[in-house]
Amino acid sequence: MAEKKIVDARGSFCPGPLMELIAAIKMVEIGDEIEVLSTDKGSAAEIPQWLKKVGHEHLGSREEAGVWHVDIRRTK
Amino acid sequence: MKILVIGGGMGGTILANNVARTLKDELKSGKVQITMLSASDKHMYQPGLLYVAVGRMTPNELYRDQASLLEPGIQFHVDPVEHFMLDANQVKTRSGKVHGYDIMVIATGSRMFPDSIPGLKENAEFFYTEETAVKLFHRLREFEGGKIVIAMGVPHKCPMAPLEITFMLNEYFIERGIRDKVQIHYTYPIGRVHTLENVAKWAQPEMDRVGITYETLFNLKSVDGEKRVLHSEEGTEIGYDMLISIPAHKGMEVIETNKLGQNGWIPTDRYNLNMEGRSNVFILGDTTNIPISKAGSTAHFEAETIGANIAALVRFGVPVRKYDGKVFCFIQTGSEKATYAMFNYLQPPDPKAPTRAIHWFKLAYNKLYWISARGLL
Repeated sequence: MAEKKIVDARGSFCPGPLMELIAAIKMVEIGDEIEVLSTDKGSAAEIPQWLKKVGHEHLGSREEAGVWHVDIRRTK
Repeated sequence: MKILVIGGGMGGTILANNVARTLKDELKSGKVQITMLSASDKHMYQPGLLYVAVGRMTPNELYRDQASLLEPGIQFHVDPVEHFMLDANQVKTRSGKVHGYDIMVIATGSRMFPDSIPGLKENAEFFYTEETAVKLFHRLREFEGGKIVIAMGVPHKCPMAPLEITFMLNEYFIERGIRDKVQIHYTYPIGRVHTLENVAKWAQPEMDRVGITYETLFNLKSVDGEKRVLHSEEGTEIGYDMLISIPAHKGMEVIETNKLGQNGWIPTDRYNLNMEGRSNVFILGDTTNIPISKAGSTAHFEAETIGANIAALVRFGVPVRKYDGKVFCFIQTGSEKATYAMFNYLQPPDPKAPTRAIHWFKLAYNKLYWISARGLL
């Protein structure tokens, strides 16, 4: 497994954290992990929703000092 | 002091002109040299391609000679860079010439990448080149009814383009008198009709009002041209009679072959806009990996920041500005109305209801662009 990829989407309204994740997930191998950093509260909800729909794994989310960290594993 | 600008698109052109005007005396005395290396002697107004597709502009309106847009004193060569030798502060061009620099700006832009989705290139219509926009114009003229599906790759250039083409198609078919025979079906990768929440809040009821159908959480996976069916990553299918796509894009091949950034996007400091680890190399427009819109206005505002900082570095030895993430995007909402979205790293956009006045301003900007490229607007 490669080193975890960080998608730093802080301050991104457009295209936004979920779109950044959708682009980034194509650039990693199956089994690799990605951590999305976002200052957009809505992303903490919509990223897991998209992961569930597509079938990738949501490893967890946490908020630290106004930044949401969403951990993902590409599964297919 | 040698300033080298790689790329003659909107960002590179505004930047070179701004620096040339600010450092006019230094340029005249020979203390400063500005050189631009580009792949083409022509400059295209890319947003105009959308209007070409629906018959509102003609291709000849989209071009100017690149040299005619540049301030006197800027040395312009049609000789694209093939090798970046950053440790030596040099680049080597296609002709084999080596250019040294004290400060370099890389503004090579991006390229369409429909190949990332099987079947897309062969079966979809596009409007991101003159050739494809003209082809789409003819296909639309010949279209007498059926289902048009709008689908996109991720990441894509200009996040407003999918909405714009969708609403413009609605009015295009109303004007042709066959709107009742055409289903316009819009798809979008995330769980609302646009990534900007406030834009989505406006656009979804507007689609309901004018009879545009839509499906969200639809990430295009493949296109079956024989059966005319789209397949999504989410496991759903959509049939179509005509497919119009905003394809994924990536940075230029030369960036990838020189290993400057994955997928052609160069790691860039989001405030200073210098290449990570290189204080004398700045990255501009689509070429950055900054998580904001890949759009002309982004390149415009970044060029103003970098231009001011290069001039300050020459005169004072230190930069004076930071880029705040400013983006301003027009949103054409049909053939008669438009609105806009303006935002930065901290402030989300709050687009107002579309008006005819903004539409007319957008049409005016289609002409004013040439003043903008000169760095005067």
